[in-house]
Amino acid sequence: MAEFIARDRNWALDYLTDAERDEIEAEAACYPRRDSLAIEALRVVQNHRGWVSDDSVAAIADYLGMGAAQVDAVATFYNLIFREPVGKKVILLCNSVVCWMQGCERLRAHIGERLGIDYGETTGDGEYTLLPITCLGDCDHAPALMIGDDHHHDLDTKELDRILATRED
Amino acid sequence: MERPLTGLMRGDGVALSLTEYRDGGGYSALEKALKSWSGEDVIEEVKASNLRGRGGAGFPAGLKWSFVPRTDKAPRPRYLVANADEMEPGAFKDRLLLEGNPHLLLEGMILSAYAMGAEVAYIFLRGEYVEPRRRLRRAIDEASAAGLLGRNILGTDFSLDLYLHISAGRYICGEETGLLNALEGKRATPRSKPPFPQVSGAWGKPTVVNNVETLCNVPGIVRHGAEWYRGLGLAEDSGTKLFGVSGRVRQPGAWELPMGTTLRNILEKHAGGMCDGYHLKGVLPGGGSTDFLLPEHLDMAMDYDTVGKAGSRLGTGTLIVLDDKTCPVGMVLNLERFFAQESCGWCTPCRDGLPWTRQLLEDIEDGRGSLEDLSTLEDHTAFMGPGKTVCALAPGAMEPLQSALKFYREDFEQHIREGRCPYD
Repeated sequence: MAEFIARDRNWALDYLTDAERDEIEAEAACYPRRDSLAIEALRVVQNHRGWVSDDSVAAIADYLGMGAAQVDAVATFYNLIFREPVGKKVILLCNSVVCWMQGCERLRAHIGERLGIDYGETTGDGEYTLLPITCLGDCDHAPALMIGDDHHHDLDTKELDRILATRED
Repeated sequence: MERPLTGLMRGDGVALSLTEYRDGGGYSALEKALKSWSGEDVIEEVKASNLRGRGGAGFPAGLKWSFVPRTDKAPRPRYLVANADEMEPGAFKDRLLLEGNPHLLLEGMILSAYAMGAEVAYIFLRGEYVEPRRRLRRAIDEASAAGLLGRNILGTDFSLDLYLHISAGRYICGEETGLLNALEGKRATPRSKPPFPQVSGAWGKPTVVNNVETLCNVPGIVRHGAEWYRGLGLAEDSGTKLFGVSGRVRQPGAWELPMGTTLRNILEKHAGGMCDGYHLKGVLPGGGSTDFLLPEHLDMAMDYDTVGKAGSRLGTGTLIVLDDKTCPVGMVLNLERFFAQESCGWCTPCRDGLPWTRQLLEDIEDGRGSLEDLSTLEDHTAFMGPGKTVCALAPGAMEPLQSALKFYREDFEQHIREGRCPYD
């Protein structure tokens, strides 16, 4: 369990950068309540810092006038919010039914051989984290995965090697 | 053949711009409705069209809207939410609509909001749909600049604010009340009903949640009329449908076809039939949470009632093909792993029953199963059936399992007899 240290709003204002606060406030107009911004705020902070630490949870909670446990309950529910550090690039490998039928386990094994990581692990150099993901909606081009914001389709180990080599350049 | 959902789309995969959409007649339905129809007129036309929800449940869209209280004393604002959280395993149809013609969704949303008297609309989009997000943002900007969103749309007294909510994951967000909790910034645990969202939805206000494809049908209905729309379907159900096929077929993809097109036509003509060396063993007709159909069902019309009578559901209309070289036990195990993982954990049958189901299937697939496990699995399909849980996740999870136990019994028993997976 995370332990959250009680601080005050000034600390939260100090912890969050100007850019983070601006981006959270830009979303504020879309929702009738301040606490409805919790998911947006978690995403904004994660975009800037790569993941959401205990301090980030506490700062978001103070900033939105919520309890830290309330924000953490939200943060831990959603799989695209990372409560542990991840690599610079997150590989989301689809392991749902169509990609399973068409070879996602081969891709998982190949990533294991090439990068030395399995689900939930990060490479030693902090470049890549591998995570499974539910159906990416690319079933007509299975198997598929995402690296960062990019979807990659119709993969085999050769094509995956080519993509990873391009990204390392 | 008329294709009101995809007919205007460009061949090169680029989204239609506002100008291109308007040149093809886009937003003319909105102009017609705002200038000469009341909101009730739109509801009546959509009711008469028999448009049924394309997210999977098939509920009549016009009827859903009519449950929104419209008296002067009714709570405000009213909300319309487009469910663009496409996460059903095997489903990729809404992505094609969002990427190919985002303005069609916007026009459908503005019309629907006008029909039910909504002042605020959201598009609830799954986080992994990055390209749809870019294209929707651009379309919303274009529509706002052209006076199609915001204050006094097209110079009338109708106003609508439309926002894009980017989701942070989890399949359960596609369930409409789970979606509303997620929209409110909470955990996406489904709510018990009643009250239904139309009466007390987002932030306790009247809210309608419609699937993307459902909303995309509305402009055509308003523009050409209910009678035209009903004439598009080949049998009982109206309109066209995006049908998709994935698995070991020659040309996986999605096509807009008349509602009631046969399974054979979709699989053989459009998807090109099975890949060389593979034979059809079964099909999940509407995504991962539908019952298997068999090759003997190939000449069946794909519409809500016909598929229902055959013991499955039309669901999303995106078919997943099971071939003869894929282990049906392994396939169902993959699906139950998915559902067990995606259970929100709120109610006991789902939270405890799905991991149990997954474990039994793992045992059978790995050669440690017994015949008794099969009857335990059958018990689970009853314990997690309709009416036993807060939402439809667990009953949906039971659909491929119960039909696999029936149709592929011999495969299950062979695993148990031989103590291994015969497909390995």
